[in-house]
Amino acid sequence: MRVRYLLREVTTGLRRNITLSLAVMITVAVSLTLFGSSLLVRAQVQEMKDFWYDKVEVSIFLCGDISDSPTCAGGEISEEEKTQINADLEALKPLVETIYFESQAEALSRFKEQFKNSPLAETATIDQMPESFRVKLTDPTQYAVIAAAFAGRPGVEDVVDQRQALDRLFRALSGLQTLALAIAAVMLIVTALLISNTMRVAAFSRRRETSIMRLVGASNFSIQLPFILEAAVAALFGISFATLSLVLGKIYLIDQNLATTFTFTTFIGWDAVLSVIPWMMLAGLGLAVVAAGLTLQRYLKV
Amino acid sequence: MIRFETVSKMYKGALRPALDDVSVDIEKGEFVFLVGASGSGKSTFLRLVLREEKPSSGTVWVGGKDLTRLSGWKVPALRRQIGCVFQDFRLLPNRTVAGNVAFALEVIGTSEKEIASIIPNVLELVGLEGKEDRYPNEISGGEQQRVAIARAFVNKPAVLIADEPTGNLDPETSIGIMKLLDRINKIGTTVVMATHDVAIVDQMRKRVIEIDGGKVVRDQSRGVYGMGA
Repeated sequence: MRVRYLLREVTTGLRRNITLSLAVMITVAVSLTLFGSSLLVRAQVQEMKDFWYDKVEVSIFLCGDISDSPTCAGGEISEEEKTQINADLEALKPLVETIYFESQAEALSRFKEQFKNSPLAETATIDQMPESFRVKLTDPTQYAVIAAAFAGRPGVEDVVDQRQALDRLFRALSGLQTLALAIAAVMLIVTALLISNTMRVAAFSRRRETSIMRLVGASNFSIQLPFILEAAVAALFGISFATLSLVLGKIYLIDQNLATTFTFTTFIGWDAVLSVIPWMMLAGLGLAVVAAGLTLQRYLKV
Repeated sequence: MIRFETVSKMYKGALRPALDDVSVDIEKGEFVFLVGASGSGKSTFLRLVLREEKPSSGTVWVGGKDLTRLSGWKVPALRRQIGCVFQDFRLLPNRTVAGNVAFALEVIGTSEKEIASIIPNVLELVGLEGKEDRYPNEISGGEQQRVAIARAFVNKPAVLIADEPTGNLDPETSIGIMKLLDRINKIGTTVVMATHDVAIVDQMRKRVIEIDGGKVVRDQSRGVYGMGA
């Protein structure tokens, strides 16, 4: 099969069905953008998990003179109780990796740092800040062990697992990813139907050529190849648009916007974007070729 | 070259068979007229040779191959040995004379260089030298049919099938086409031509197979169109 002949067939085919070809390109572009985005959201969640699970701590907040939880009925925590908690934590090694005691002064400066853009930072005073033990676990999922040992103990106001707060965020992001993936799946189905219909129209508008091709003994493959290439080329245009929109999204949405605003966490790098592109190409081309091939089986039989 | 052994063809939903227990043997290099009224089964006969249809019963042999057992992917190879010409020419309007002939070679993967060397010879054979660059709508019906014949013959097929090739042409032009088919036959190609044209059949004095109601009612060498004429 000659290259020039194929090129001519594909370009005339695309031009003849320009509206349908454009529709295929657009649906491929939109569905693959969604598909790629959902993969990137997943990569982002993974990125944040790697980043944060290393840093999360279990905080054991201690009773101060303004605490009002029932376990603080005895007022401010005594020095003996603090020593006891520290000793018990030490006993839990190696599950407990590090223990850090945060004083009220440190708590205040951390609070001010976190809320530096908020009027709250101005009004906070040192005696509103709780003392706490910051405990880092070798296995962050074993939070329950710490909670069981220290929650409800006299002098302990509360045991908080930062990981649980993060998990809520991650669950929300995963939900977003599932939604994007679901919409992408629906769009991909629409795309497949559209490609199938485009092929039907293309096969019909070129039935004269294909009937002659059959008569002179062209193989099934060589009759169908120009049509399949036509679908593949349209899909490639869509893939390019989708790739471009992901790249632009990475530059403008992530790098120039999110990353400068939310400096406390990391965002996906170019390696994540690059690793998503082959999957988009595979999905787009595979879908186009399979949908076109199946349709042509029906409409271009020898 | 072509052998039908007790071939019947019943189309789905039809009341009677299009071909009914037909046995015919056509030798290599023969020129055969297939005559009969419309709906008699001529076209079904040709479609069976091309393996566009399979017989309901019986066996069709073409070039020593049993078409009822030929697997689908070998059908293109079969059709490369069979050239086809139709009443309505079936040319591609957006291609020139040379382009239409070249199309048959392009789709089976012949190299551009080879095509360039074959085309002038074939166009000369059919008497179209100098019209390579004309489009089908710029030439006469007779010339269009010559293009179709050139396209059918360009692969040097063993068999040429012509389904009423003169059906749309005036008698004088038809004679030219018949001479051309006769020349192709003399080169060694077996020609099977379905026709209604009494004058041509009577004039050519070739073998005549008459089909009526799906049955072969006459098979006569050096025959004429009408019975007993």
